Amino acid sequence: MKENVFKGTARIALIIGGVALALGMIGVIEAFNERDIVSDVITLGQVVLYACPLIAGYFVAKREDVGRSMVPVHGLLGGAIAAVPTFALLYITTIWETIRDSFINVSPTLIEALSFGNESVLAGGMRLVLIFAVLGLVGALFSLLGTKLRAAFLQAVAWVVGIGVMSEILVNILRPRLTSANLKALFGSGLNQTPFIFLLVGITVLSLAWQMVGKDRYQARQASMNAEQKKRSSIIRNVLIFCILMILPSVLGVYLSEIFNNVALYILMGLGLNIAVGLAGLLDLGYVTNFAIGAYLMAIMTSGSEYGLTTPVPFWIALIICTLAGMAAGFTFALPVLKMRGDYLAIATLGFGEIIRILAKSDAMKGTLGGAQGILQVPAAKISGVAASIFVPILDFINGILGRWDLGIIGSKGGEIIFDKPPQLYYLLLACCLLMLIISNRLNNSRVGRRWMAIREDEDVAAAMGINTTSAKVIAFTLSAASGGLAGAIFAAKLGSIFPHSFQLLISVNVLSLIIVGGLGSLPGIVLGAFALIGIPELLREFAEFRLLMYGIALMAMMLLRPEGLWPSEARKRELSRDDDPPPIAASAGAGD
Amino acid sequence: MALLEVNDIHSYYGNIHALKGVALTVEEGEIVTLIGGNGAGKTTTLRTISGLIRPRQGNVKFQGEDIIKYAPHALVPKGVSMVPEGRGVFAKLTVEENLEMGAFHRNDRAGIKEDIEKSYEMFPRLGERKTQLAGTMSGGEQQMLAVTRALMSKPKLLLMDEPSMGLAPVLVDLIFDAIIEINKQGMTILLVEQNAHMALQVANRGYVLQTGEIVLSDDAKVLQNDPTVQKAYLGID
Ligand SMILES: Nc1ncnc2c1ncn2[C@@H]1O[C@H](COP(=O)(O)OP(=O)(O)O)[C@@H](O)[C@H]1O
Ligand SMILES: [Mg+2]
Repeated sequence: MKENVFKGTARIALIIGGVALALGMIGVIEAFNERDIVSDVITLGQVVLYACPLIAGYFVAKREDVGRSMVPVHGLLGGAIAAVPTFALLYITTIWETIRDSFINVSPTLIEALSFGNESVLAGGMRLVLIFAVLGLVGALFSLLGTKLRAAFLQAVAWVVGIGVMSEILVNILRPRLTSANLKALFGSGLNQTPFIFLLVGITVLSLAWQMVGKDRYQARQASMNAEQKKRSSIIRNVLIFCILMILPSVLGVYLSEIFNNVALYILMGLGLNIAVGLAGLLDLGYVTNFAIGAYLMAIMTSGSEYGLTTPVPFWIALIICTLAGMAAGFTFALPVLKMRGDYLAIATLGFGEIIRILAKSDAMKGTLGGAQGILQVPAAKISGVAASIFVPILDFINGILGRWDLGIIGSKGGEIIFDKPPQLYYLLLACCLLMLIISNRLNNSRVGRRWMAIREDEDVAAAMGINTTSAKVIAFTLSAASGGLAGAIFAAKLGSIFPHSFQLLISVNVLSLIIVGGLGSLPGIVLGAFALIGIPELLREFAEFRLLMYGIALMAMMLLRPEGLWPSEARKRELSRDDDPPPIAASAGAGD
Repeated sequence: MALLEVNDIHSYYGNIHALKGVALTVEEGEIVTLIGGNGAGKTTTLRTISGLIRPRQGNVKFQGEDIIKYAPHALVPKGVSMVPEGRGVFAKLTVEENLEMGAFHRNDRAGIKEDIEKSYEMFPRLGERKTQLAGTMSGGEQQMLAVTRALMSKPKLLLMDEPSMGLAPVLVDLIFDAIIEINKQGMTILLVEQNAHMALQVANRGYVLQTGEIVLSDDAKVLQNDPTVQKAYLGID
């Protein structure tokens, strides 16, 4: 009996220890060590590494067959065992000098970090085992705390690590608003020690207070509101969100605005693909097709280069044409695949995406599409003429007021509004995203939305209900493609040039991943998913290197832990929480079959 | 003129000749049953009538109009509704949403609401489970739902594919009582069954299908007493 308990401990610890080893060997630890979380005290790499024994200790101790008095023992043991795989690596490096030829990421820097710079790698390794054991104990003891305290503390840790990771960016945002002495007190190479401790304690206490008192009160107040009050509070909330969105670029600055813009492009595409995949259940792996068509068409219609039209089309008209062209492409590509389902459909659409990219790169189309060199000199979008003469005074007036707090919204240049730099482009993308969000929301609750729902459930039965499945599918593909074309067009104007290699399969994969991670069919989920999958890797260079790995991990983790997505739609929530349904009312009359 | 006329249809799955000249008629107000063993071609017959399979030969007339040219969904507004084999409820929609889907081509909100209430009257167990996901219900309850959902389109002809399949005897009785009740209210029904015993009890007339061919057709009472039917389908020697 007792043996089994220890076996279980060893198993859990070895699995997590294996993860720690893998993180080291693929270079995550080393790359993450570049970034300080707490100035000169702890790096992101260390956080990741030390999280392993903490988690191991926690899970080891949480098992039911571990008695309370034995928790510390198992924690220590679990932590130590979790260090074994990494220790083994350290040992191997002492006898296998050329290990780096086979495992490129097992670098001297990594070994040094893992053995704490100790002369003797093995002595350093012993220290690692010791630290892991202590952390395992901490993790085990942590499992003894109350649920609320545990949640509060974890939340605080997440916040502090988040702030530490983002410290570089936060410094940039805060610089114009704080004195340099204050800023220095807060941030060094990461978050400084004093604010770190204050934040950790502060957030824990706040979160605890929220869980114990605030949450109930808030819910009670929500419940006591009548329909009109609820409506009013939701209007106030929306107006507030809108105002914040409007002044965001002046807070974020150029660099962060650019990241927001990239996220917004993916939100646009996510909203589009969601119509096919999330609403109609048609797995489309070739979404990049529409994106590429929009981008190339925009380039051809507006570029000043040899590939552009002799009389360029005005941007706004071109934008509409690109959106329509995206729809036309969606329609055209829908026709041959109408009879296909599931995997077959996915493979066919996958093919379309590649066809477009290869076509764009080919010599055959070089005359019109520019081949591998692409099309240059795509002008930025701008509002000029009569429209500008209406908008510009309004904008100037608002900026005059907001300027007092170092804030502002989009401004004008020479009587025109030009969307050339990230903070300006932000507004174009914001407008498009809001528009698509509203349209998507409408579609969700529309009659065609119900047709899609039926098709997603069962195509044959849908037909038996009198639902024209063919037309519903064509409509889904067509509407889905619209925002792909739109995003592509803005992408071309944003970059000023386009190349075939911008239209890789990876784009389709990214878009699909973000709607799955966010929660299929859920609009807020798409926004959240885009920030998680596109924003974070852009924000943190060291994440970008492991982007695909993280997609894989994120998707697997989602499927296991939260199959409904980060922010699931109501329908999905219901589908996936079937187990929690109240048991059916006492079955009468022989109870089924 | 019969409500439904199936004239000498030949249907194929690739090279498999599944129906070899099936002909049958259903008069308004009747319950007609098509009985036959496993793989006889009963489902294929219904799939051909409802447009899911196009016959290579022969035609299907509904109210005198050739309906082979229509896609399956286009038949619903014409007045043909189907209870598919294996029930085919939308598992992830609630009972009420399933019923609403059944009324998809209708626009009279008030009428739809009324008919949903009627469904709950016919099967109170559905009324108790309005908001339950259809997929979580027992087989019998799903069959009740499939039947009432098919009625939601206000059809003139109801096609039913083995409603008794996989149900406990008590529930089979319940479903067949409902079939009689629906018919009394004026619905014409083409009932496909392997359970010849039950089917011939409720039907006015019956056809016996064997490997894609109609081998017998008569009044249900006569078929019940036919020695070959008794031997092959009713288990009476
Ligand atoms: N999708 C299919 N592909 C090929 N053969 C089929 C298919 N469906 C049915 N069949 C064949 O057609 C014949 C009739 O099947 P079916 O109409 O389903 O019989 P029943 O409903 O009477 O049990 C059987 O021999 C069956 O094997
Ligand atoms: Mg059958």
